[in-house]
Amino acid sequence: MGQPFVHKSPIPGLGLSAGITLSMLSLMVLVPIAALLVQGFSAGVPALVSAVNTPRTWAALYLSFRLSLIAALFNLVFGVVLAWVLVRYRFPFRRVLNAAVDLPFALPTAVAGIALTALYAPNRAFGQIAKDWGFKIAYTQWGILIALIFVGLPFVTRTVQPVIEEIAREVEEASATLGATRAYTLRRVIWPMLAPAALTGFALSLARAVGEYGSVIFIAGNIPLKTEIAPLLIVIKLEEYNEPGAAAIGIAMLVMSFGMLFIINAAQVFSRKRMANV
Amino acid sequence: MSDLSQPRAFRPAATEAPWARITLIIAVVAVLVVLLFAPLITVFYEALREGFGAALATLAEPESQSAIRLTLLVAVFAVPLNAVFGVAAAWLITKYSFRGKAVLITLIDIPFSVSPVVAGLCIVLTFGANSWLGSWLVAHGMPVVFAVPGIIMASMFVTFPFVARELIPVMVEQGRAAEEAALTLGASGWRVFFTVTLPNIRWALLYGVLLCNARAMGEFGAVAVVSGKIRGLTATMPITIEILYNEYSSVAAFTLAAVLALLALVTLALKSLLEWRYADQLAATHRH
Repeated sequence: MGQPFVHKSPIPGLGLSAGITLSMLSLMVLVPIAALLVQGFSAGVPALVSAVNTPRTWAALYLSFRLSLIAALFNLVFGVVLAWVLVRYRFPFRRVLNAAVDLPFALPTAVAGIALTALYAPNRAFGQIAKDWGFKIAYTQWGILIALIFVGLPFVTRTVQPVIEEIAREVEEASATLGATRAYTLRRVIWPMLAPAALTGFALSLARAVGEYGSVIFIAGNIPLKTEIAPLLIVIKLEEYNEPGAAAIGIAMLVMSFGMLFIINAAQVFSRKRMANV
Repeated sequence: MSDLSQPRAFRPAATEAPWARITLIIAVVAVLVVLLFAPLITVFYEALREGFGAALATLAEPESQSAIRLTLLVAVFAVPLNAVFGVAAAWLITKYSFRGKAVLITLIDIPFSVSPVVAGLCIVLTFGANSWLGSWLVAHGMPVVFAVPGIIMASMFVTFPFVARELIPVMVEQGRAAEEAALTLGASGWRVFFTVTLPNIRWALLYGVLLCNARAMGEFGAVAVVSGKIRGLTATMPITIEILYNEYSSVAAFTLAAVLALLALVTLALKSLLEWRYADQLAATHRH
């Protein structure tokens, strides 16, 4: 009659570990997210839609998702190249560089935010160079993009690195002896092996960028309709004691993030299937 | 045309041409210097702009002191609680077979795909003065939002999966055989955990705790929403950095930032040490 819900196990502690896991998961994650959904939908879907459907909110959501996508694409390409260089090539300070890749994970976002602003503001180190070339970085969308690239930098490298280490050199040698150029081998032999892991890193990087707040608000300038990101709008609504409005934007962000993750997951399943058929 | 008389140099087929390798290395190093090292150096440069003494003096200010104390307090609660959760969740997921395991793992991972600001918002909506639970808590003298418990909860939310994610792959790889053998030899459940399981997962646990701690002490977005930013009371180090920076107290802001940057560097150093020394006892993805 079907499978039992829990298989019998001689190992003790099922009740205790399940109790701790489920109660903490509920208290810390599930109940708060349920509260967001209840608050957002309590006034009905039309009210939710009309709360999100303002030019300022649309501009913020569009800005957040567009810049996050560009940053994640940069991190996808650079992350794969960086992983390749770190695994395959030998050069001085390689280990230091490898350890430094995780800096955006370890450095608090507020610290990154004020540091990037101090670098890219007009008349500061990099800001002055940009000014001499005739454009502005801090307090424009370029500044936001740099902050988003910074916070998402390690994801692709860290997911792709272990895969590159696993690749058997014989595969590349076989490809070369069969007459493939190096570029052809990289494109048709190596890339399909890396693609699923790279997509995972891309998804993580994108999710992180969409929700990023601390490193962006200092460098963004936060001008409504121009450089105002969606998470900041939630903070502004909360400061105006507009909890339903904040909840509506929060739900919109959740829906869009999960939607993107779903699409990327589907792409991953597709690329894995293609790999299996090759 | 001396090339024709000499045989072509041997070049391994399974690597890139030397010029391509050198170009890639230089490009990668250049991008990392601009993107990672320049901001890091900026933090210390700005902190020490008026000298070492001025920087130290800002750390002695009561505002900085209370921020440092609060950040340590938050970590003291958030990190051990999340470590207990991580161990319990990893034990549950790796030692038993039950339906819905994939769903449980997905639920544990939710905080990774939720914006910290949305996380803070969720806590405000659950425990804030306008919610029924929050109004009850406030009436009984235990406010969560705009108080320390809310900051601890926000920090826990964003670091929730860290320890579990490190432990699960390691414990899957180690299997259940050692625990089962200890049980047949008559050991009690806790004895099995402390003498068999824990020694096998201690470095992975430490690795998870390290990452959890770095994130908990540095969390900004989620804490900014729930803290209310009351100076001296609910302003953690990152929040105080924001307050000082917005008041143009650049040296004070960057000095606190430098302290957090030092913490980040120590975290990275310890993390690399663990990866180098105990690679075989960490999740496979950390073995370089």
